[in-house]
Amino acid sequence: MATVAAVIASTHHPFYYRASTSVGPDRPPFADEWVAKVEAFRDTLTRARPDVLVMVGSDHFHQLWLDNMPQFLVGKAPFFDANFYNEEREFGLPRFTLRGQEDLAAHILRNGLDKNFDLAFSNELRVDHSITCPIITLRPEADLPIVPIYTNIFAPPMPQPHRFVELGRAIRELVESWPSDLRVAIIGTGHLSLELGGPRQFGPHGPDPEFDRKAVEWIATGNLDGCLREVTLDSLHSPGNATHGFMDFMLMMGAAGDGKVADHVDSLDLFHTMEAYFTWYPEGVPA
Amino acid sequence: MSRYLLDKFLFTVDRDAALVERYRTEPVALVAWWEAQLANKILNCTDRERSSWLALTEVERAALQSHDHVKLFELGAHPFLTLTLFIAMFERDHGPLEYQRAYARAMEHLQLPYPDIST
Repeated sequence: MATVAAVIASTHHPFYYRASTSVGPDRPPFADEWVAKVEAFRDTLTRARPDVLVMVGSDHFHQLWLDNMPQFLVGKAPFFDANFYNEEREFGLPRFTLRGQEDLAAHILRNGLDKNFDLAFSNELRVDHSITCPIITLRPEADLPIVPIYTNIFAPPMPQPHRFVELGRAIRELVESWPSDLRVAIIGTGHLSLELGGPRQFGPHGPDPEFDRKAVEWIATGNLDGCLREVTLDSLHSPGNATHGFMDFMLMMGAAGDGKVADHVDSLDLFHTMEAYFTWYPEGVPA
Repeated sequence: MSRYLLDKFLFTVDRDAALVERYRTEPVALVAWWEAQLANKILNCTDRERSSWLALTEVERAALQSHDHVKLFELGAHPFLTLTLFIAMFERDHGPLEYQRAYARAMEHLQLPYPDIST
C-alpha cells in the first residue's frame, strides 16, 4: 500500500511569488525573512521524498461557479493547467501545467463515495492559487503528479466544520489503502483570520491576532476537540469575513490525526494576515 | 433582491480584460449592455439555451453603475468578487496597497454581523 510520507498544512499567500522574486526597491522589507521561513518549510517536504502530492485547496470563483457549485470535488485528469488571467493580473502568478495521478484520483473517488462522501469530480480542471501557491513554496520544480481536491469555503451554504475534519481523516485512510508503492504527501492550504473586501482588510496584522494564536496552537498540537468546540460556521464570521478558509486547516488536522503534534511549526506575522506552516511525519522525522 | 445576479455580473466581468476596461471607463453603458446580453446567459450552456427571469433591482443596478463598492457590500454581493474587480480597475491610480486601504476605510462604519452573502 502507499505510504503517507508527510502531511503538510499552510496558509496560501498569493503575494509570496512576487515578494520573493522582486529585487531592488521593489523588494518588500519582510521578503528575506519570509523566503527563509518558506525555504525551511520546503525542506520538510523535500526530506519526505514524495512521489505524488494530494493537494487540498479551494477554487476562488475561477472555474467553479454558483450555477453548479460542488461542496467537495476531486480532480481526475492526466494534466492540470494552472492559474488564471485575474491571478496573473493581480498577483503576477505564472501559468504552468502539472501532471495528474489519475489512478489515485479514481481510488479516492470510488472509495470516498463508498465512505459516504458524495464527492463531485472534474475531468478538466484548471487549478488556481490555492493549489499553485503551495507548489511555488514547497515544490517549485512542479515536477510531481497531483490529485487536487477542492472544498467549498467560499460560497454559503457550506459544509459544517466537522465534515471537513471527517473528510481529512477519510483522505488519509484512502491514501493509505491505495495499492501502490509510491510515497504520497497530503498538502492542504487555508487561512487563519482573514478579511477580504470588508472594513478590516489589509490592516497591519491579520484581523484577529487572538484567533490566529489559538488556531496555531490547535493545529500544532492536533487539538481537534478544542478546535471543534469553538469553531462553527457562525463563529468564523467574527475573526474576519474570509476566515471560513480555516476549515481547510481543520481538514488537514483530520488528515494528520487527532492529538498528533506537528513536527514542524512556524509562522510569520505579516500585514493583512498571519502566515503559518505545519508538517507532520507519520513515519517519524526523516533522518 | 438578486444577490446571485450581482455576483454573476462581478464574476463575468472580472474574468474578461475587455469587460473590465469597459466597466472602468463606461460603467452605465456597460451595466445596461451586460443586463441585456449576459444576465440571462447560462454560462455552461450554448447561447440558444438562456434563462428568462434574471434582472437587477434598481438599487443593484445603480450600485453597479456608480462603482459603489460600499453599497455592493451592503447588498450582499460577494466581497471577494467585488474586491478583485475593483482592484483591477482602480489600483493603477494608487501607490502600493493605498487603494486597498482606502477601500477599507470607506467601510469603517460597518459592524458585525455583515450582510448575508448567501445566494
